Amino acid sequence: MTQIQNHKLREVLEEEFARNELPVDQVKIRQILDANNGARIRTWLSICSRCGLCAESCFVYLANDRNPKLSPAYKVKQTLGQMYRRKGKVDRDFLKRCYEISWLQCTMCKRCSVFCPFGIDIATMISIARSVCHSQGFKPHSLYEFSENCRKSGNHMAIPEEELIDTCEWMAEEAEDDYRGVEIPVDKPDVKYMYTINPREPVYYPQDISYAGIILSAAGESWTIPSFGWDCTNLPMFCGDRALAGQQVKNVYEKALELGAEKILITECGHAYRSMAFEGPYMAGYDNGQPPVEVVHFVRLLYEYFRDGRIKIDPDKKIKVPVTYQDPCNVSRNGGLWEEARRIIPYLVEDFRDMSPNRDHNHCCGGGGGIMPMGPKYKPVRMASGRVKAEQIKATGAKIVIAPCHNCFDQIHDLGEEYDLGIKVLSLKEIIVEAMIVPDHMRLEPQD
Amino acid sequence: MYNFLTGPALWATFIIFWGGLILRIAYLWRLSRKKDRVVYNHASFSWGFKSILYWMIPWGSASMRLQPIFTFMVFTFHTTLLAVPLFLYAHNILWDEAFGISLWSLPDLWADVMSVILLVSIIFLIIRRIVRNEVRILTGAWDYILLVLIALPFLTGFLAYHQFGPYEPMMIAHVISGEILLILIPFTKLGHMVLFFFTRAFVGFEMGARRGARSW
Repeated sequence: MTQIQNHKLREVLEEEFARNELPVDQVKIRQILDANNGARIRTWLSICSRCGLCAESCFVYLANDRNPKLSPAYKVKQTLGQMYRRKGKVDRDFLKRCYEISWLQCTMCKRCSVFCPFGIDIATMISIARSVCHSQGFKPHSLYEFSENCRKSGNHMAIPEEELIDTCEWMAEEAEDDYRGVEIPVDKPDVKYMYTINPREPVYYPQDISYAGIILSAAGESWTIPSFGWDCTNLPMFCGDRALAGQQVKNVYEKALELGAEKILITECGHAYRSMAFEGPYMAGYDNGQPPVEVVHFVRLLYEYFRDGRIKIDPDKKIKVPVTYQDPCNVSRNGGLWEEARRIIPYLVEDFRDMSPNRDHNHCCGGGGGIMPMGPKYKPVRMASGRVKAEQIKATGAKIVIAPCHNCFDQIHDLGEEYDLGIKVLSLKEIIVEAMIVPDHMRLEPQD
Repeated sequence: MYNFLTGPALWATFIIFWGGLILRIAYLWRLSRKKDRVVYNHASFSWGFKSILYWMIPWGSASMRLQPIFTFMVFTFHTTLLAVPLFLYAHNILWDEAFGISLWSLPDLWADVMSVILLVSIIFLIIRRIVRNEVRILTGAWDYILLVLIALPFLTGFLAYHQFGPYEPMMIAHVISGEILLILIPFTKLGHMVLFFFTRAFVGFEMGARRGARSW
């Protein structure tokens, strides 16, 4: 694994670890281990028969020349397996190795669980290993800073409430140049959808918010953005801070309940959906595993709009060059929405080339699990492990990759440069706004 | 010695085997009610069943199709492993003599061939463990020891049946090695004999019932 072995990365890790002066608190480690020592973890750790089938499923293993130390079973054995075996009596050196494995060698994409004969959920076990590391002060600094922003302001970019409201107003004004009546209402009560977004949108891609406004207006939807509880990304979940991750989710659930919204809508973001709809209820203390308000991902909503004819596309504006679709792990395999996406695509694209494998068996792009927000210092790691995805894209011959997930979007953009793929990455919102037939109620000039 | 081994020792063995399995499952079930609510919150018979079924058919999962020869050997291994002890004529005679019950019996030639096939498959599994990097790195002494322990009852049984070597010592070795194996099952990874169904059902719930994704 030439990238991981290189000196630059060693320096980055040493810098991370130097920030952490805490002595190891074995009591705290034991608490986390005991809390998780249920039937599943015990059984998974005891019946792994060391068959090695998981290795071939893992993009990190495959991209790094099939280094056996990157097989999921090995990664778990070296982290959580050892923690339980030693009953939490571990030292700083051990935790440093766990950090490297848990954050740099696994994005928790869950493909290994699908390929394991026993269905062992290695991703969940790596997630617990992250919690243990976090409790001992070993966590990626930039994820830690994002988490502290969440603790103080509720969103990982520490965007003040006024700024969000201003951005919504500004984007509605921008839309007025081309459309009539596009509103981006804030804190409107009793709507169908409370729309939650990625803080990267107000800061770096504000047009994404106006695209959402345009599409929702075209569909005549009842919706709002909340002034608080609008950050669905839950970066504390990646940081191993389970308590704060639970709070992030609660912020959204409680605001939705307060506003009387029927459903929570997630922007084109993968882990936000996994956090809000699947992991969230457990992190936030809803023991029946159901979110108190139904959670809908944007891909699902778009599918419904096309299915019901609420959005119409101008067939002359369909994309002509070859296009492929990135199945984000947390929207496809872990979100269940791979067919919905494929029902939308024929409206937008003439020459669609699916990757192989795809759907619920897709490969992770390599940018998930928090490694993207961990910052540019870790880019070489995700460029190396992203080789599998790069080769998949190249094999399709596509010029455009549709990626309904912020992490996949940025990662695949970077892979395009790193591996000379000659591709452009687009979100579904952007494609739809470009190509849609503007309904009469939104036209600036009445149609003749 | 032989009478002891096929008398009280055999009773003890089966009590430990059945008792051990039942206790392990009961313990895990009770623990899961407390710490694994996620198993029950999303349970679905059909997804659990499919998750199990596809993995009980050769090459039924994408993972198995990636390693088709290994898959073939694993299915062969498990089939012969179960078929020979359960349907051997000599074993059925013993059951009949002891309790007046028995299962259908294989012709001896089939049992012979299956025993040899089992031993060949074990050799394949041992070699695979040594040769494949991603398997070798996971493998410890115990993984090899278990494979040898599984081979012993079949090897000694085969040899005894054909009267290769001294008969009585061979039969004693056969019974002891069989009993050791049965006793180990509830306490080792060989417990997957039963636990496979539980973990596979759960992943079926988690991927299938919750997301509609295939766990195969």
